Amino acid sequence: MEIPKEHLVDMYETMVKIRRFEERIREMYFADKLPAFDIAAGLIPGEMHLAAGQEPVAVGMRPHLQPGDAITATHRPHHVAIAQGVDLNKMAAEIFGRETGLGRGKGGHMHLFSVEPNFGCSGIIGEGMPVAVGAALAFRFKGTDNIALSYFGEGAANQGAFHESINLAALWKLPVVFVCEDNAYAISVPKAASTAIPDNSDRASAYGIPGVLVSENDPVAVYEVMGAAMDRARRGDGPSLIEIKTDRLWGHFEGDADAYRDDEFKEEMNQRDPLVVFGQRLADEGILSADEQTAIQEAQHAIVEEALEFALASPYPKPEAALDHVFA
Amino acid sequence: MTTAATDRKLTMQKAIAEGIFQEMDVDPSVFVMGEDVGVYGGIFGSTEGLLAKFGPDRIIDTPISETGFIGAAVGAAINGMRPIVELMFVDFFGVCMDQIYNNMAKIHYFSGGNIKVPVVLTTAVGGGYSDAGQHSQTLWGMFAHLPGMKVVVPSSAYDAKGLMISAIRDDNPVVYMFHKGALGLGWMVNNPRATEPVPEEPYEVPIGEARIAREGTDVTVVTIGLSVHKALDAAETLESQGVSAEVLDLRSLVPLDRQAVINSVKKTQRLVVVDEDYQSFGMTGEIITTAVEGAFEYLDAPPVRVATPDVPIPYSHGLEEWTLPSTERIVAAAAGVASS
Repeated sequence: MEIPKEHLVDMYETMVKIRRFEERIREMYFADKLPAFDIAAGLIPGEMHLAAGQEPVAVGMRPHLQPGDAITATHRPHHVAIAQGVDLNKMAAEIFGRETGLGRGKGGHMHLFSVEPNFGCSGIIGEGMPVAVGAALAFRFKGTDNIALSYFGEGAANQGAFHESINLAALWKLPVVFVCEDNAYAISVPKAASTAIPDNSDRASAYGIPGVLVSENDPVAVYEVMGAAMDRARRGDGPSLIEIKTDRLWGHFEGDADAYRDDEFKEEMNQRDPLVVFGQRLADEGILSADEQTAIQEAQHAIVEEALEFALASPYPKPEAALDHVFA
Repeated sequence: MTTAATDRKLTMQKAIAEGIFQEMDVDPSVFVMGEDVGVYGGIFGSTEGLLAKFGPDRIIDTPISETGFIGAAVGAAINGMRPIVELMFVDFFGVCMDQIYNNMAKIHYFSGGNIKVPVVLTTAVGGGYSDAGQHSQTLWGMFAHLPGMKVVVPSSAYDAKGLMISAIRDDNPVVYMFHKGALGLGWMVNNPRATEPVPEEPYEVPIGEARIAREGTDVTVVTIGLSVHKALDAAETLESQGVSAEVLDLRSLVPLDRQAVINSVKKTQRLVVVDEDYQSFGMTGEIITTAVEGAFEYLDAPPVRVATPDVPIPYSHGLEEWTLPSTERIVAAAAGVASS
């Protein structure tokens, strides 16, 4: 497949933006939690699940998205939200608990909701899967050619919601693409200890839909497979189940000692850092020179800094605003 | 809302179906999903006649996948639809409660008010016909305890239609509970009040306003659902004993019409709360707290509650009858409070 250069550049830019965002959130998360780690302390309190290493699963679908497409993501949502184009300033402000955040400080990093683009996520494993089915059902009612993408981890593939959602989408031939981000570990439990078969993409046959395995953490491979699945859904041919082998470079949450993955595993994982590999490939193929990549990095880093500055300059909500927005 | 006088009588079941029918007829964003809502017309008739009018695209029979289709209702609602989704028995909440209370009820709040989730979750509640402990509960106290959902429980045909129309038009998730014993089903013993005049035109009954089902001066009986009819039966007996009971039908638990409770208690100065739900940590405690907070100095006697004791609903007829609130228990409780 010949991929337009602007798509390759766009995917690289977005990967750079995601990685920088996650790195800066990580720095700021820990900055005021020292010397003794206190999860409730600091500018960013609470759990923090970062997606460094999983950028390819998010950016590969990006060039195929159309306005109005819906995405439901997981408790580790930043990469997908950024790839869909969720307002980075408001997203950062939500993570910092500010009044200007996507949810006025009521949701936090696991509960990011955006109307345009059409994004939601959840702290409950598998919870977004039926929601994506419902979004697709709404698109059918409204007669649009929009589609829904349901992101979930390989751990979620053992939830009932996985089975119920894919069965419904297949039964009703709805425009959904189910995207399994297989980072090999459900917190500490390796996939082989939780899942009866090696590849969740094989489970597609149980619902009579295409199942495709992307065995490399590579944005180009994701681009090709997601493009085909998204086109299929958009033209009314029904759902697909995609599984992408990816890497969670850091712990399950920040502060996770990550002792369940041995040094050899982590060393190999870091050797195949998808941002480094993709950058090298773009340079080798003459698509983006080292200088051009440096310029992209500077531009994307500036966007991230602007979002963080917006967040930090924003006020906290009034405490009693906790009572607002229970009902419309 | 005022409506034209009518002589046409409907059961609560037919009133519910009519309310849905009329809203679907004018609003293409309304559709129905659930188990056996299509050709069967709903196990309790809540969707009777809808398939023939609106077809299988808008009256959707689902697989037995409550997490899947209730979650799909949430997704459809976020994306501009107004789904009505049926959980056949409220007792089945255990297989899908995450979608209900962690998702449907929280998204509006999490989004800071940016995303509305106008789902109507219909569900059958209540016992009294020996269906045992997994098909006989009411559980409205549990739903009402969890923030973010309105909880509506009509006891009459008129209210059932008006509250259904209000629920569909509401921009919030509404859990709409219908008591099997109040529906007027041909295959279940019914209260004689199950059939009553219902206007043919669409109308709203506001969610969150209690209704004085019977005026009285000596004791207030606050209740909801089928127990409203038991309380009205009890009030007739009490009247023959010289006790004038006021019966307050809450009609919804969320929002709760606390002022109506306070006003009635100020008037009668005595309170009985009747609840088919479990006694502890539930509606009875909330209503008594409301009275104590709002009318403490008016109370002439300690409030009394008539509820289901904290046991699973038993199967055998005598066991169940003894367990659920009965007219006799309400009479005894109200007479006791009135004479103290």
